[in-house]
Amino acid sequence: MRKKILIDIAKALLFARWKQTMIAAIGVSFSIAMFITLLSFMSGLNGLLDGLILNRTPHVKLYNDIKPNQNQPIKLKPEFANAHNFITSIKSSSNRQAIYNSGAIMNSLKKDNRVLGFAPKLIAPVFFNDGDIDITGAMNGIDPVAESNLFHFNEYVTSGNSQDLVKVSNSIIMGKGLAEKLLVGLDDMVQVTTSKGERFQLKVVGIFQSGLKDFDNTQSYAAINTVQKVLAQPNDYLTELQVKLNDIALAPALAKEYAKQYQIDAEDIQTANSQFETGSSIRTLISYSVGITLLIVAGFGIYNILNMMIFEKMDSIAILKATGFSGLDVKNIFIYIALSIGIVGGLVGLLVGFILSSIIDQIPFNTASLPTITTYPINHNPYFYLIGIIFSLVTTYLAGWFPARKASKIDPVIIIRGK
Amino acid sequence: MSQTILEAKNITKHFVDPVRVKVLSDINFKINKGEFVSLTGRSGCGKSTLLYVLSTMDTDYEGDLLIDQELMPKSNESVLAKIRNEKIGFVFQFHYLLNEFNVLENVMLPGLKLNKYSKAEVEQRAMEKLNILGIGHLALKKANHVSGGEKQRVAIARALINDPHIIMGDEPTGNLDKKNSDMVFDIFSQLAADYNQTLLIVTHDPSFAERTHRIIKMEDGKIIN
Repeated sequence: MRKKILIDIAKALLFARWKQTMIAAIGVSFSIAMFITLLSFMSGLNGLLDGLILNRTPHVKLYNDIKPNQNQPIKLKPEFANAHNFITSIKSSSNRQAIYNSGAIMNSLKKDNRVLGFAPKLIAPVFFNDGDIDITGAMNGIDPVAESNLFHFNEYVTSGNSQDLVKVSNSIIMGKGLAEKLLVGLDDMVQVTTSKGERFQLKVVGIFQSGLKDFDNTQSYAAINTVQKVLAQPNDYLTELQVKLNDIALAPALAKEYAKQYQIDAEDIQTANSQFETGSSIRTLISYSVGITLLIVAGFGIYNILNMMIFEKMDSIAILKATGFSGLDVKNIFIYIALSIGIVGGLVGLLVGFILSSIIDQIPFNTASLPTITTYPINHNPYFYLIGIIFSLVTTYLAGWFPARKASKIDPVIIIRGK
Repeated sequence: MSQTILEAKNITKHFVDPVRVKVLSDINFKINKGEFVSLTGRSGCGKSTLLYVLSTMDTDYEGDLLIDQELMPKSNESVLAKIRNEKIGFVFQFHYLLNEFNVLENVMLPGLKLNKYSKAEVEQRAMEKLNILGIGHLALKKANHVSGGEKQRVAIARALINDPHIIMGDEPTGNLDKKNSDMVFDIFSQLAADYNQTLLIVTHDPSFAERTHRIIKMEDGKIIN
C-alpha cells in the first residue's frame, strides 16, 4: 500500500509530462537497440572469422614431429648426468611420421569423457599431374563422417558430396583453386604421383572451398584407406589424430597429458592459433565500449529530463513533504520514474534491437572466400539481451538517483514561502 | 482543564544569511484542544516563520516544541514527516493542490500515506470530508479545473483527512475574495464548534482574527499579548 501510493504518484507525474517521458524512453530504447544490434553483428562476424580457422582446427593435435631424439646416447652415460651437452652434429632421427599404436590411442580417447570426438587423419605429399605440369600438393586422408561432425568439412564442399569419398573407391575432393589449375570438374579423373614415384588415377567426387585461397590451391581430400593405398601403407597407418574437446579451455593441459601418456607430440589450439583469440577479444571489447557509451549518453538524457521535471514539480514536492511524505518517499518516487523509463525503454530497445539484427541477418552478403555465407552473420545471443536490460536498469537508476536525491533535499518551507 | 495540543517553550530562531538576525525570540505559549487561535501581526513580524517552526517543517530553531505532549526531534526527517502526516493538517495561502490528480485523489493522498485505512475506506472518508465542505460534486474534477475558493476548500478537506490534532493555516484567506474568505472562515469555526477541531491560523486580516476564540499577536519576533 505504502509503495503503491508512491508508484501511483510516480505514474501521475510520468503521464503529466508524457512527451518528455517518451523522449527519455526513446533515448534508452535507441541505445539498447544499437547495443544489441552492434553486439549481435560484431559477435556474428567474430564467430564467422574465428570459424574460418578455429572450427577447422582440432583442439589438440596428436602427431609425430620430425626432430632429434630427446634421449641422445650421451645422456644415458651416468658420468655426464649433470653436464651440459654441446654436441652440435645431431640430426633428426626417425622419418616415420606414423603414430605408433594408433588403434590403442583411439580406443583410449573414445573412453575419455573430456573428449567430444576425434578424427584420424593421414597426410600424404603428392604431385598432381596434368600433361607436363606437376603441381605440388597434398592429399589429406580423412574419415568424412567424423570430419564433418567435428570440423564442418561438408560445409566447405561446394559441389559433390563428402560422403562419396567412402562410397566411391579411389575418389578425391579437390580444392577449388587446384581443380581450376588442373581443369577438372566433378566425375573427371585426376592423376597423382607420390613422392616414391607411384602413380594413381583418382575420380573427382567433389570440390571444396575453404575460404583460404592458398589452402584451396594445394589441398585435396580422400578417404583414409585411399591415401593408405596411394602410400602403400597398412590400414593402421595414421599421421595425425585431431581431437575435439568438450571444453576448449582444457586444451593446453590435455595436450601435455596426452604427450606424456602416449609418448607423442601434441599441440593445443591456443598455441597454434593465439592470434585469432586476440583479434576477437579486441573486437568484442570495442563493441562493448561503443554500446556502453551509447547507454551512458542515454543515461545523461534521463538525468537531464528528471532534473527538469523536479524543477517543474517543486510545488508538488513541497506539498507532498508538507502533508507527510518523507524525503525518502520523494526520492523513491523519482527513482520509480527513472526505473520505469529504463524498463519500458529497455524492453522496447531489446525488441527493436532484435528486429534490426534480424533485418541485418537477411541482407545478402556474398564473398568468394566464404562460400557457405549468404547473408551478414548475426549472433542472436540471449546473453546480450540480458546485459542490455541489466545495463539499462543500472544506468537509469544511477541517472535517477542524483536528481531524486536533490528532490528529497528540497526544503518545503522555501518553496511554500517563496511564492 | 482541557488537553494541551501544542506547546512552544522558549522558541528562538535566527536567520543567518546574509547576516545573523533574530526572527523569533523566546516564544512561549500553549494551545488547548478545541481552540480556534489566530496568529496575527504585521508583515515581517515572524508569524509565518513561527508557524513553519510549529509545523515541524522548519527544524532550525532553539527551544522545545511539543505536539500532543511529545517533544519533537529536530533531526529525524522521516519521523517528522510521519508526525506531519498523522497529527498536523496544513492549509496554505496558495492552495497547493497536485494538478496531476483529481480533487478526490488530492484529498486521499495523505490518508493513503498514513496507511491506517484501506483504500476504499480512505476514499469514503475523503468523500465525507468533501461533503462536509459542500464540494462533494467536484470530487472527480481535475485539481486545476476548480475555482480558487473551491481549491482552498479541497485543501481544507485534505488537511482533515487523517483527523489531525491541529490544523495550521498560513494566510488561508489571503488570496481569496470577501465571499470566499467568509466561507473559509465559516468552515473553520464550524470545525471548531461541531468537531472540536483545534486550529491555528496565521492571518493579517483583523476582521478574521477578531472572530476567533483567541488572538496571539506578534511584533518583532515576540508575542505581545
